[in-house]
Amino acid sequence: MAKYLLIESRDAFESRDAGPWYELAADLLAAGNDVTVFLVHNGVLAARSGARCAHFEQLLRTDVEVLADDFSLRERGIANDRIVAGVKPAPLDVVVDRLADGCRALWH
Amino acid sequence: MKTLNIIESAYRATLEEQDDTIVWITHAMKEAGADLAVLLRGSAVNYAARGQDASGLAFGTERQTQPPRVDDDLGALIPKGVPVFAVEEDLAERGLRAGDLHEGIQRVARGDLPQLFAGFDRVWHW
Amino acid sequence: MPAKTTLTFALMDAPYENGRTTTALRLIAIAARRGYDVTVFAYEGAAALAFSKQQPHPNAVHGRDVAQENHPLPSKWIAALIDEAQRNGGTIDWINCGLCVDERGVHEAVDGVRRGSPADFWKAAEGSDNTLVIPTRG
Repeated sequence: MAKYLLIESRDAFESRDAGPWYELAADLLAAGNDVTVFLVHNGVLAARSGARCAHFEQLLRTDVEVLADDFSLRERGIANDRIVAGVKPAPLDVVVDRLADGCRALWH
Repeated sequence: MKTLNIIESAYRATLEEQDDTIVWITHAMKEAGADLAVLLRGSAVNYAARGQDASGLAFGTERQTQPPRVDDDLGALIPKGVPVFAVEEDLAERGLRAGDLHEGIQRVARGDLPQLFAGFDRVWHW
Repeated sequence: MPAKTTLTFALMDAPYENGRTTTALRLIAIAARRGYDVTVFAYEGAAALAFSKQQPHPNAVHGRDVAQENHPLPSKWIAALIDEAQRNGGTIDWINCGLCVDERGVHEAVDGVRRGSPADFWKAAEGSDNTLVIPTRG
């Protein structure tokens, strides 16, 4: 099976396409792949605790690893203690690590 | 290196470019020897709809003589050996029925995308 | 000695339009610091990122002159990344899609940037350890 890195840059509150993207992550995981969703830019807005995004909450109920770019979080004033459980802040280096590791990386 | 080009963005600058630039680059890479397929998702599934007509654009005396023909360009990939898939649910959401589509478009359910992806060495989301 | 990591990126966004550009450059910067060999295919609006005639300007809203404002120029960032890669034993081969350059009239590019075509992108991708396409949005 393969390793997937789904980079989500879109604002879940603005983009109707974020939901299907999270579902794709869950489907890839269910098919036996290793899957990480990496939130960047306005994609991190869904990661503030208290944010209401049903699709994102559904993603967090799966075993998909969800990381968020620490720079994008800081840029938007989302401190570590305000990140919803299930999302880990991570440096962008993780994306380069995974690319170097041969992970299939798809940017949304 | 078998590669799946996923196209999601629809009608972005297609009039100015006279092409969808991802359908176009797919043709160009195929000519360069690439082994490719295309997956349409989101509103890009509309590219598979027959009967699109973007002709007639003019600004003063400047008339567009080569309007984009995205459905034809997409269809032209198939005889070149580039399979074209479209996400079934995205088609249905947009009211596109089998009879509305360019011949040769293969429909794939969202839930079957992992299996589709598994058949490729690389998957690129444009 | 392990083989050097090679990565290919395809970019599409024009300068000053979207955060994707900055993140793309951040990724390339990480690769440059690591001494990777990187190919960038700058497609569509991204063909203007390396345009050498970009100029900084003052910012009257903030009361800053040109020097104080120090306004970012993507072309300077790209030139700096090309240098950074070399300093660390790697390379950045920045390829502008030629037709995209022609349409936009952005022929003058910073040193280290060359003109190319989709065939160059395909060749680079085939020869790389991995490729990341960073799409643009309508």
